[in-house]
Amino acid sequence: MPKRLAKTDVVIVGMGAAGGVAALPLTNAGLKVIGLEAGGWLSPRDFAPDELRNGSRNWPQSVQKAASEAPTVRATSSDTAIQGGHPMMNAVGGTTMHYWAQSWRLNPWDFKVVSETKQRYGESRIPEDSTVEDWPFGYEELEPYYDKIEYTVGISGQAGNVQGKKNTAGNIFEGKRQREYPMKPLRSSPFTDLMGGAAQSLGWNPFQGPAAITTELFDGRPPCQYHGFCNKGGCHVKAKSSTAFTVIPKAVDTGNLDVVTFARVTQIITDDSGRVTGVDYIKGSETFFQPADVVLLASYAYENVRLLQLSKSRVFPNGLANNSGQVGQHYMTHHQGAPVTALFDRDLHNWYGLPAQGVAIDEWADDNFDHGDLDFIGGANLWVHTDRKPMSAAKMSTFGETRNWGSDWKAFIMKNADRTNSSYIQKTTLPYEGNYLDLDPVVKDPLGFPVTRITARYRDNEKRIAAFSQEKMEQWYLEAGAIKIVKYGLGNSMGATTHAYGGTRMGLNSETNVVDEWGFSHEVPNLGVLGASVMGSSGSRNPTLTVQALSWRTAEHLVNNWRSIVG
Amino acid sequence: MKKKNLNNGQNNSKSDLLEERPTNHSRRNLLKGAGLVGAAAVSAIATSHVIAADSASTNSNSKRIAPREALEALTAEEAETLAAICDCLIPSDEHGPGAREARAVHYIDKSLASHNNGSRHNYSVGLNAINEFASKTRGKSFPELPLDQQNSILLAVQTNKISGFIPNGSGFFNMLRSHTIDGTFCDPYYGGNQEFVGWDMLRYPGIRLGASEADVSAGASLPPNHQSAYDHSTYTKLADNSLLDTEGGDGYA
Repeated sequence: MPKRLAKTDVVIVGMGAAGGVAALPLTNAGLKVIGLEAGGWLSPRDFAPDELRNGSRNWPQSVQKAASEAPTVRATSSDTAIQGGHPMMNAVGGTTMHYWAQSWRLNPWDFKVVSETKQRYGESRIPEDSTVEDWPFGYEELEPYYDKIEYTVGISGQAGNVQGKKNTAGNIFEGKRQREYPMKPLRSSPFTDLMGGAAQSLGWNPFQGPAAITTELFDGRPPCQYHGFCNKGGCHVKAKSSTAFTVIPKAVDTGNLDVVTFARVTQIITDDSGRVTGVDYIKGSETFFQPADVVLLASYAYENVRLLQLSKSRVFPNGLANNSGQVGQHYMTHHQGAPVTALFDRDLHNWYGLPAQGVAIDEWADDNFDHGDLDFIGGANLWVHTDRKPMSAAKMSTFGETRNWGSDWKAFIMKNADRTNSSYIQKTTLPYEGNYLDLDPVVKDPLGFPVTRITARYRDNEKRIAAFSQEKMEQWYLEAGAIKIVKYGLGNSMGATTHAYGGTRMGLNSETNVVDEWGFSHEVPNLGVLGASVMGSSGSRNPTLTVQALSWRTAEHLVNNWRSIVG
Repeated sequence: MKKKNLNNGQNNSKSDLLEERPTNHSRRNLLKGAGLVGAAAVSAIATSHVIAADSASTNSNSKRIAPREALEALTAEEAETLAAICDCLIPSDEHGPGAREARAVHYIDKSLASHNNGSRHNYSVGLNAINEFASKTRGKSFPELPLDQQNSILLAVQTNKISGFIPNGSGFFNMLRSHTIDGTFCDPYYGGNQEFVGWDMLRYPGIRLGASEADVSAGASLPPNHQSAYDHSTYTKLADNSLLDTEGGDGYA
C-alpha cells in the first residue's frame, strides 16, 4: 500500500516548461501546490562548455527516467515498433535547461487552419485523412498570456507588429501584440548579417528570432555571454530563461510550492464518481499517495498520454479521461528533418554562435503566401543559426569533394571547418487518421510498465512542404554566396522528438478532443493537462512559448473557478 | 600557455600508442591543481611534482611509456590495430598532426570503459575481423601492412565488401570514424585532442566563457587560448565558491 501523504490543493506532475509556469499563478493566489519532478535540481556549475559531454555523453540527460522509458516507433500499424531515444530531460526546469530557447508565438493562421483554408481555397484543400480542427479560440485569446510569459520568464526579440504597426526589423507576419519584447534581440554576427543581406536582396524580410535568453540584465540575471554551448547544455550564467531560474524559484518563494524531486509518478487515482483524488509516485524505494483536489498533468506529450493510458479504473477502463477513445489521437511531430547544408568560400565566424542566434524567414510559413497553385497547405519557417563546434564541424558533409577520411579529407575539414552551415526548417505538420500513441504491447520500462508506442508517418502534405521549403532554402544560401549545396532526405516516420504535439487535444467537441478550451478534461472535471499534447496544430515554429502561455491560462482559470472545479 | 611544438608528425612508426610525451598540458594541470588548494598553500610536495614533471619534459626527446596509464577496455593487440586504423582515418601528414598526436586511441579506450561501453563488443569483433582479413589476404596483421594496403582494406570495410562486423562493415566503420573524430576534436579532459592539436587543426580558437563581438569578428585570427572546460574550476570537483574569485577565467561564477 502506498503511504498516504497530507492532502494538498494542487499536485503538478512535472516541473518543466509547462508545470513550472503553472505553479506561479497558483501559488501567487495562495493555493498549496506540490510539484512532483522525476529529476533533481541542477546549477550553473553543472553546465560545462563541453561539446562531448553535451552531445555524445548525453549529460545531463543520461540515466534518467525519460531515457529509461523511450517510446517505440513505427510508421504504420503493420510495422514492428523499435525503441529509439528520448530527447527530453528530467530536472527541475525540465528541458528548458538545455533547449535552444527559441520562443515563438504561433501565427494567427495556426489557430484556424480549417476555417482559413476553407475560406481562401475551399474545403477540398484540407487533406482527406487529416483530423485537423480549428482551435477553440484564436490568437487574440492567447495574446495576453504570451505577453505575460515574455515578461515573466524573460524573452528577448524584435517585435514585428505592435498594435497593428508593422516593423520590418521583426516578423511582419506575426499576430498583433500589445507591446515590444522586454529585451532587445540577441546580437547579430558576420554570418547573420550575410544571410540577412541575402534575404533582403531576394525581397524577403529577414529578422532575428525570439529567444528565452537575456540580452541585458533582467530580473537579477546577467545577459548572454555568447559562449555558445546552449544546445543540450544549460547556461553557465543563467542567461537562458529556464523555468528553474525564473518562475519556479518565484513560486517556491511564496511558501506555497513544495518541489519533490526524484519522484516518479506511476498512476493517477480516480474515485467512483470519476474524479481524480491524487497520484501515486515512487521516491527511493517507497511508494506514496499524494492526495489533491486538482491534478495537473505536465510531463510532456509522451508521458502525459502514457500516464492517462496506464491509469485504468472502474470508471475509466480504457485509461483515464479516455472513454471517448481520444487519448493518444491526433499525435504529430514537427517535420524538422530535410535540412539543407551549404558550403561557402570564406569563414563564417560561427565558433561562438548559438542555435537561437540566427535569422528567420517567415515568407514561406503558414498561409503567409498564396497556395492557390500549390498542392499543399501550410509551410515552413526558414532558420539559419550560428552554432558551430569542433567535433560536429569535423563531421560535416564533404559535399562530394572527397571521401570522408584520409589525407584529402583532413585537408578539406581544415580548410572548411568554419565554412559550412545547416539550416533548420520547421514545417507545418497536420494530424491524421492512423497517427497515434498507445501502450507498447511488448516493451516495458524498468518498473514493468509498458512504454509509449508511436505509430505515425508524414503524409503528402508534409513531404510537399519539405520539398518546397528546401528549394527556398537553397535559393537563400546561393544568394548569400554558397558554392555548394546538399539537400537531405525528407524522412518518413515521426520518432520521438522535442516537438511532439497532440494525444490530449484541446477542443470544444468532447467526442474528438480530450480537454476543453481551458485545458481541463471533458470527462474528469478536476484533471487539467499542460503541454503541447493539448495543441491541435503544430505551427511551423518552436512550441515552448505557446505551451507556457497555455499553462498560465489554465492555471489562471483554475484560480478563478476553484469552487466549481473542485466541486 | 604556449602550444608545444609538435615534431612527431613525420614519424611513421605505427606502434607508439602506449607511449606518451609528457606535456606542458599535464604540467599546467599540476600547477592548476596546486593553485586550487590556495595560493598560499602550495605545498613542497606539489612543487616537487611540478619540478619532476618539468625535468621529465625537458629530458624526453626519446619517448617513454607513461606511468600508471593502463588500457581500460581494449586488449593490447586491439589497441595496436585501432591505432593503425586511426592513422589512416586522420593521418599525420604534410598538413600537420592527426589522430595519433591527438591520442584518439587513448580517448577511445577510455570511452569504451565509460560512455561508449555499449560498443565494446563491436570493437572486439570488428578489429578482429580486420586483422583476420589482413592475415588471410595479405599474410600480415593490419598494423604490419603498408599504408596503401591498409587504406584499401578500410575502404572495403566502409563499402561492405568484408563481412564479420556488427551490424555490418559500413556501420562499424562509421562508428570508428565518429569515435576517432571525437577523440581528435573533443575537450582534452577526455584523453584525446592532446595539446589541442585537433582544435588547432580546425583553427578553433578554443572554449571561452564569453565571446565579444570583436572576438567573433576576429574569427580564426583570434589567438587560440588552449583551455579545457575543466581549466575553469567551477566545473571541477574541487570548486569552492570562496576560491572562485581568485581563479582566473571564472568571472561569471
